[in-house]
Amino acid sequence: MNQAPNRSSVSLRGVEIAYGPVRVLDRLDLEVAQSEFLVLLGPSGCGKSTLLNAIAGLTEVDSGEIWIGGRNVTWEEPKDRGIAMVFQSYALYPRMSVRKNMSFGLEVSGMKRPDVQRRVTEAAAILQITELLDRKPSELSGGQRQRVAIGRALVRDAGVFLFDEPLSNLDAQLRAELRTEIKRLHARLGATMIFVTHDQIEALTLADRIAVMRDRRIQQLGTPHDVYMRPANKFVATFVGSPAMSFLSGHITEGRVFETSTLRLDLSGYAFTAPPSVGMPVDLGIRPEHVVLAPGEAAAIPARVELVEPMGSDLLAWTRIGEAALTVRLSAETPVAPGDILPLMFSTRRLNLFDAQGERL
Amino acid sequence: MSTPRASRHPSGRRPKRLSPSRVGLYAFLLITALFFLTPLYVMLVTSLKPMAEIRLGNIMSLPAAPTLDAWTTAWSRACTGLSCNGISAGFWNSIRILVPSVIVSIMVGATTGYAMSFWRPRGAKLLFAALMVVAFIPYQVFIYPLVRIFSQVGIANSLAGIVLVHTVFGLPTMTLLFRNHFASLPLELFKAARVDGAGFWRIFLQIMMPMAVPIAVVAVILQVTGIWNDFILGLVFAGRDNLPMTVQLNNVVNTTQGERTYNVDMAATLLTALVPLCVYFVSGRWFVRGIAAGAVKG
Repeated sequence: MNQAPNRSSVSLRGVEIAYGPVRVLDRLDLEVAQSEFLVLLGPSGCGKSTLLNAIAGLTEVDSGEIWIGGRNVTWEEPKDRGIAMVFQSYALYPRMSVRKNMSFGLEVSGMKRPDVQRRVTEAAAILQITELLDRKPSELSGGQRQRVAIGRALVRDAGVFLFDEPLSNLDAQLRAELRTEIKRLHARLGATMIFVTHDQIEALTLADRIAVMRDRRIQQLGTPHDVYMRPANKFVATFVGSPAMSFLSGHITEGRVFETSTLRLDLSGYAFTAPPSVGMPVDLGIRPEHVVLAPGEAAAIPARVELVEPMGSDLLAWTRIGEAALTVRLSAETPVAPGDILPLMFSTRRLNLFDAQGERL
Repeated sequence: MSTPRASRHPSGRRPKRLSPSRVGLYAFLLITALFFLTPLYVMLVTSLKPMAEIRLGNIMSLPAAPTLDAWTTAWSRACTGLSCNGISAGFWNSIRILVPSVIVSIMVGATTGYAMSFWRPRGAKLLFAALMVVAFIPYQVFIYPLVRIFSQVGIANSLAGIVLVHTVFGLPTMTLLFRNHFASLPLELFKAARVDGAGFWRIFLQIMMPMAVPIAVVAVILQVTGIWNDFILGLVFAGRDNLPMTVQLNNVVNTTQGERTYNVDMAATLLTALVPLCVYFVSGRWFVRGIAAGAVKG
């Protein structure tokens, strides 16, 4: 758009929501900076969509405040909050043409016709849907529909864009295509975007920061790198990353050594958040790509290969160390077959230790 | 060595077209059709006969000299009580009752159904439950209290009174019909419209009602047939000057001076039945859909 971009910060202060006796959000605080791309990531039922609806003004909060662009909008109507929203089911008005779908909100706000037309034309050009403007939503494919829905949000020239799982109804290829499109749009507009998804790939690829949610609470708020490399607890560690992180159960012995019935591992290079006590039970989390093959190394840990999955660019070996399962990502050329014994080493700096409650050590 | 391939033609015995159960089904349909069509046939031929031919007592025979005299008499000269202007007055009364009643009851029902499914005001569920319970109470129970209330308010025996009665009695069905339809639409559509800044009425009129055209057609069919066929409400609430066609028909048939003019009675009955009959014929498919939507008018 031509005019100076409209960017707003979003601030949630102690927001609580309950449907009758069912609590959906517990005293939640969240600060989203201007122009930030924040992803709310979590399994279904964790409260992430409710949170987004609360920001949009479509769900009333029971207590707490919502501020957008420095204004307390807790009790304002959705249209007065300076937001635009894109939905999972596209939510296009079926009886209206694409053009009318995009201009509806502007006409409701009383904007003059030439201005409406100019904005619709501009947004359509950005999203490459100009030739679809006179069609009905029923004549469009899923990807085209979601483009139109994004266009409808775009014309509003809002300070905050809210996306409620916008890619979930699309097939894999279109999903990747629209994902990059949304990222490009964010770079171009510089608008604040809040994006809800249960897909960790979308979260990792799009976000400036990710808020991982479970059970009505934010479990971790950090950059994709932080969330991936230093998960705050076992839930985050398992939910983010594919294939999932493997865990070995053991305990800490004298001299910061991790010990199980089958292996001993020196943890002197690990950045403990608090000094561990001797004898405490811990879970050791290892990402598949943080395991290296170390043939001829005396300290290497032997792992028996159960299954090999070629992934094209690389391959996954599903192995066992004693009884514990460990997934290993190897280069595609590695000669490996079920039954082989692989000599493995872990990079201590990249390990993740969790205490018995699942919190990061 | 030949490669196996799918056969080009279906093999095996061709399925039978006419099984015994089919024959039984057709026989049943045929007998049912005859059962309902025979009275209609008798009425039609009788209405086309002069009295002299009717007196012979051969009700199944075709008219020897078909004449529309009975139809014109029924329309414009038959006596209802003291006046002898036919049932045309009743026809126009029924139209005057029908049109506003259908429009108002559907508009009110659509609005309440929309409000209940999207805006969910406090107590909406309770209100809806109450509406459904009341719908099952025989409406004869309400007649006397309503007559008292209407005469207090001053709309007894008036067009406004009968339109109000039809609107109120149609409300449960209409609300249920529209509520179920709107409940089947994605809630995100409503949310999108709210983000776009549309209010209660704009969302209703510009977004939701254009999507409710099929259900509105069903509503029109249900209300037109229901209100046209009403007898007791029209008799009680419409007043002497607005008696609907059904009441006039009853008066024509029961006003006897000497010989019973069967041909005129039959013609008057057919004239009265014409409107719902047309609705059924024109809209059969829609009507079935209306019944399937769980809205059977009691």
